[in-house]
Amino acid sequence: MSVDVEKILRPIDTSLPPFPAKFMTLSNGQEMMVRQVNRDEIPDILPHVEKLMHVERDYYHIVAARVYAELLAYYTYRVQDEYVLIAQVDGEIVAVVNGRIVNPDIGMSYHTLAMRRGLRVGAHTFAAKMEYHIDILKQKEVLIVAESPIGFRRWMIEYKLEKRFHIPHELGGCPSWSLTKELFDRARNTLVVGRRPVPEKLLAKAHAAILPPTDPPKPPEDLLAATRSMLDNTGTSLIEMKRRLGGM
Amino acid sequence: MREVYVAGIGITSFTRLEYPLVEIAAYPGLMALRDSGLKKIDQLYVANMGSGRVNAQTGLASAVVDHLSLTPAGAVTIENGPASGASAIKEGFMAIASGMHDVVMVIGAERMREVNQLEATDFVATLTHPLAEYIYGVTLPSLAGMFARLYMEKYGVTSRHLAMVAVKNHHNAMDNFYAHLHEEITLEGILDSPEASTNNPYVADPLRFYDMCPVSDGGACLILTTAEVMKKINKPMIRIAGIGQATDTHAVHERKDPTDLLAVREAARQSFEMAKVKPQDVDVAELHDAFTILEIAESEEVGFFKKGEGHIALEKGETKIGGKIPINPSGGLKAKGHPVGATGVGQAHEIVLQLRGEAKKRQMQNAKIGFTCNFGGFGNNVVCLTFIKEK
Repeated sequence: MSVDVEKILRPIDTSLPPFPAKFMTLSNGQEMMVRQVNRDEIPDILPHVEKLMHVERDYYHIVAARVYAELLAYYTYRVQDEYVLIAQVDGEIVAVVNGRIVNPDIGMSYHTLAMRRGLRVGAHTFAAKMEYHIDILKQKEVLIVAESPIGFRRWMIEYKLEKRFHIPHELGGCPSWSLTKELFDRARNTLVVGRRPVPEKLLAKAHAAILPPTDPPKPPEDLLAATRSMLDNTGTSLIEMKRRLGGM
Repeated sequence: MREVYVAGIGITSFTRLEYPLVEIAAYPGLMALRDSGLKKIDQLYVANMGSGRVNAQTGLASAVVDHLSLTPAGAVTIENGPASGASAIKEGFMAIASGMHDVVMVIGAERMREVNQLEATDFVATLTHPLAEYIYGVTLPSLAGMFARLYMEKYGVTSRHLAMVAVKNHHNAMDNFYAHLHEEITLEGILDSPEASTNNPYVADPLRFYDMCPVSDGGACLILTTAEVMKKINKPMIRIAGIGQATDTHAVHERKDPTDLLAVREAARQSFEMAKVKPQDVDVAELHDAFTILEIAESEEVGFFKKGEGHIALEKGETKIGGKIPINPSGGLKAKGHPVGATGVGQAHEIVLQLRGEAKKRQMQNAKIGFTCNFGGFGNNVVCLTFIKEK
C-alpha cells in the first residue's frame, strides 16, 4: 500500500541533459568550479545551508531556509524537474544555485545562495544557472525573483530583466521577472564566464568531498546588532548602547 | 600659537550602517570621549558633505551636540566637499591654537548608502563645475578616468600599476577591523585571467571596478586639546605639527596641465614647512586614493617620490607596510572606504593609531611622523596634515 502511495506522491522527472562543469578565476586568484550535483550529494550540502538559516542579515535566513527545503524536496522526490549546481573552491562549497523546469520553454529559477561573500561568487554561479537553462536546456526564458536587494541589483539590474508581473513566481507568488534568450545573449560577453573542460585535478578535488565553507556569512553578535546595525561589524552602536545601559 | 594635541579618537566601521546619521556621528564621539577620559568639550565641529541632500537633515552639528549631551558647547557643521574632514580638523586646530578653546571635538560623518549608488555618484558630482562640467554628465569617476589616461601617457603608468595599488590596499584592509572591504584580490584575478573583464569591468576607461573606492557610510572623531590638558589625561602626545591647505581651478580643464595637482603640492609644502619636517622624514601616510591613480599621483606631489616615479616606487614595494614609506596602511579610501565627509578624520584616526603604536598587525614600527592628504573636489581644495609623536 505504502509503495503505491509513494508512486502517486513522487513526480516523474523529465530526463534533462547534464550541466557540463566549468571553472573560472576569481578576483582573489583562486579557481572556482561550478558543477551539477546529484541527489546522493544533497546530504553533504544540507548542513552547510542549515547554518545560514540563523544569519539575520541580507535575507540569508529566508534564502537558506527555502534552499534547505528545496534541496530536501529534491532529495526526497517531492519536487519535479529540479536541478542543483554548486560552486567549489579547493573542494570547499562556496555557493549553491537551483531551479526547476516548468516546461520545455520556461525555466523557474529558485535560489542563489553564496556561502562566501564578495568576489562575484554568487554572480558567477547564477550566470552558470542561466547558462544551463538557455544554452543547455535550450529554453526561451527563465522566471526569476529576488528576496534581497543584493539579488535585485545582481539579477534585475545587471541583466536588465523584463517584467512578467502577471506570472506569480513559485517563490511566494511574487511577481516574476524574466531572463529571455535575447537578454542572456546580450549579457554573455560581460557577465557569463567560465572555461571548459575542467582540469582533471580540479574535478577530482571537487568530487572527492564537499568541504564546509571556511568564511561563511556570520550572524550579528546579538539581537540588538541585528536590528540596529546589520552590517556594522564593529558593533559600534551596540557597544555604546550597552555602555549607556551600564553593561560595560 | 599654542601647540595642539590629539587627546582621543573614535571610529565606526566604514561600511553600510543601518542607523541614522546623527548616531553615525555620535558613536565615534562617545568612543573618543572614553578614549581621552574627558567629559566636556568647548566646541564641536562636524564635517559632512551631503546630509541636506542625501539624508534630508541640515544643521547636523546642532543635532549631534545635543545627541551627545554636550550642550551648551558650540557646534558648527563644516562642508568642504570630500576635504570636509581635514578642513574641520583645521578649524579645530585653530580654535585651540588661538587660545579660544581648550577642548574641541572634531567629527566626520556621512551616510551615503541611504540612496542607491547612482544617486550617490550624482550627489558627489555636484562638487564639479555646475556649468562647465556637471551639466555635461561629468562625474568623479569620469574625471579620474581622463586624469588616469593622461597620466599613463605622460609617465608610463600602466593598468598593472593601478591594479597593484588596489591589491596592496585591499591586503592592508584585511587587518583593519573597521574597513569596508575585507577581500584579498590578486593581479591574476583582476587583470590577467580570462575572467578578469567580468571580475573587474571597466567603469571609466582606463579605470576599472577595482580602481574605485566603495560608497561607504561611516564616522570618525578626534578630540583636540592643549599641552596642559594632555598632562592630566595620560595619553600619548600626538601633536598636529603642520597644516596646509590650497586650492586650484574649479573646472579641471582650466588647468595648464591637468596632471599637475598643484593644490596637493602646495598644501603638502605648507604642512611640512609648518611642521619643520621633510617628506622623506614621514614614517607613514594616508593619501586620498578615491581612485588608484590618485595614490600614485599624490605620492609624487607631496614629495615622497619624484614626479613620474611614484609607480616605480610602488613596483619596488616601497609603499607597502614595512616599505620605505608605507601608504594607506588602513586600506585607504580604496578598501577602508570613503564616507566623504568622514574621510579626512578617518585618515587622521589611522595616523594617530600608528603613532600611538596601536595599529596592531598593520603597525609601522617606531612610527614618529605621520601625514595625511585629504583631496577635495578633483584636486581643487586639498588639506594636508602632519602629525608628530612627542616623547
